[in-house]
Amino acid sequence: MRNLFKIAVRNLLRYKRRTMLTASLITVGVVFVLVFISVSGSFKNMMIGQITDSMLGHVQVHRKGYVASIENLPLTLNLKPEEVKRLETILDSQSEVEAYSPRIKFGGGFSNFAETTNIRLNGVYPEREFKTVPLLSSRIVEGKKWIEKGEVVVPVLLAKGMNVNIGDTVVVVATNKDGSVNGKQFKISGVLESAVGPGGRDGYIHIEDARELLRMDEMEISEIAVRLKEFGGLNRFNQKLSGLLSKDLNSQGKPAFEVHTWETLSPFYNIARMIDVMTFFIKLMLIAIVLISIMNVMIMAVYERIREIGTIAAIGTLPGKILSMFVIEGFCLGIAGALIGNIVGVSIILLINLLKITFNFGQQTGLLLVAKITPPDLIFISVTVIIVSVIASLQPAFKASRMEPIEALRHV
Amino acid sequence: MSLIVAENIQKDYKTGEVTVKALKGLSFEIEPASFVSFVGPSGSGKTTLLNLIGCLDKPTSGSLKVADTDVLHLDRKESASFRGNNIGFIFQDFNLLPVLTVYENIEYPLLMVQSFPTSEREKRVNTLLDAVGMTEQKDKYPDQISGGQKQRVAVARALVTNPKLVLADEPTANLDHKTAYMVIDLMKKMRDEFRTTFIFSTHDQKIVGEAEIIYSLEDGELKGRDVKKGVGNA
Repeated sequence: MRNLFKIAVRNLLRYKRRTMLTASLITVGVVFVLVFISVSGSFKNMMIGQITDSMLGHVQVHRKGYVASIENLPLTLNLKPEEVKRLETILDSQSEVEAYSPRIKFGGGFSNFAETTNIRLNGVYPEREFKTVPLLSSRIVEGKKWIEKGEVVVPVLLAKGMNVNIGDTVVVVATNKDGSVNGKQFKISGVLESAVGPGGRDGYIHIEDARELLRMDEMEISEIAVRLKEFGGLNRFNQKLSGLLSKDLNSQGKPAFEVHTWETLSPFYNIARMIDVMTFFIKLMLIAIVLISIMNVMIMAVYERIREIGTIAAIGTLPGKILSMFVIEGFCLGIAGALIGNIVGVSIILLINLLKITFNFGQQTGLLLVAKITPPDLIFISVTVIIVSVIASLQPAFKASRMEPIEALRHV
Repeated sequence: MSLIVAENIQKDYKTGEVTVKALKGLSFEIEPASFVSFVGPSGSGKTTLLNLIGCLDKPTSGSLKVADTDVLHLDRKESASFRGNNIGFIFQDFNLLPVLTVYENIEYPLLMVQSFPTSEREKRVNTLLDAVGMTEQKDKYPDQISGGQKQRVAVARALVTNPKLVLADEPTANLDHKTAYMVIDLMKKMRDEFRTTFIFSTHDQKIVGEAEIIYSLEDGELKGRDVKKGVGNA
């Protein structure tokens, strides 16, 4: 085998310019894929991080049917205290859970005593909410990064539109689930920017205020947002929790709860998917580049060496060994391209990180681009390139191995 | 016992609708350790005949035994294996592998066709390098040596596996006369030393005279067999 490699490498070095061009083409492809994966991956993770860590959480649990009506924020589909207790017991026993936060979500009227507009409010336990969505505090651009009873954090556009400032008194009016209307005065403690761009109408109050405003006899919860210790274990945890909760049935004998990951709750999941699809197509392009360039160079190599193939076949080299010689040449080209591509690609990624490039997402500006490539990514790309190189060499190599020595020797 | 027994072998080539009879019922026997030449003008069938003896091609009809093996019924892989174990080839254009040194070219059949241990390989290659006078050039590549030297390397490569038979198709065609005689002398010397049968084709009348048995071919037919005095079966 060592001798086959020696012959293959020498044959590659025999046509240095062509070998270098082919290896360069593979290198460029590998570099392009690695940089794209690292940058798009960084952007995607940043985007997912912004959405999950400042708003949604990783997983949400609702009463069955709530998400289908989520635009109405139906108070009638809130979780009862015993259901909340059951959920909390389960969540407390899960080692994957870092924090969770019960929320009461409802729509109401927001008045500055001169005019009124709509607002969507989240009643939360501040400590638990800030643990579950740790970037929430960074979204509070003015005022106190906390929510006390009697205080409201209002979205920035609403504050501007209603011309209210920190410390102003406002009134929030809401309809409880029986249809009666109640109002409560709040002091503006903070101004909140939206996680995903202008137009956000979500404000925050203390959960006890929400209960009082909605005249709830007992604490009924709209949703529980869950934050996991490891984001990578999201799907596994989702399946596990869904499995655990599937045993809880409602009066109609159907599951009482529904579990959703951020993916099914945010339209930004489609952007994340689009990035994945683009990455997939970029990988396909790499495969095409490797396939075509290696196949081209190996077809040329076989054509140029027909008499040599005839010679080695005549003196008794078995077809399998002739096939191996050419496949190993393709393999070596693939290895060289993948290796150089990895070195150059990783260097460019390091350079990107050194340059500290920033970008904007939604209302968030100056987000630092942290291009990251993992060893499994490097291994996957390299193995793909090598396998495709071998596959691309097979046809020319097979042709070489099947050549009749007498015809090959006659070739001019 | 004869090394080669050919009985009524014919070889036809089809070119479109036309069938060309390259060999027309040849029968002959060649003894071990012979130094044989097939002579004749271009198109007389010399190369075709050597290709059949060398298991590179199969006759259309007739029977052909080489080293007691009916070579007509060997498949592709068996043919390759048979060639590797029994036959050495010397080509008109030397056909050395350009990426291998002189040493590696001679070593190639031992390494890639048969699997000899390193020590045995070294011994055999060095013996042949010495025998063909190429020890000094052993680390040179084919493009760094002359045509005569290349053919000497080719002779060594053909002999390195101790084959029963060495086939040389116009081995001196690309060499000047002096070098051509040197190569033929070398082949003879090798025959004497290793008791290998040498069969070569040529249309060079001066070189022909160096053979001990001369078969004359014309239009695919054997026209004569001359045996030099003093040769065993004269």
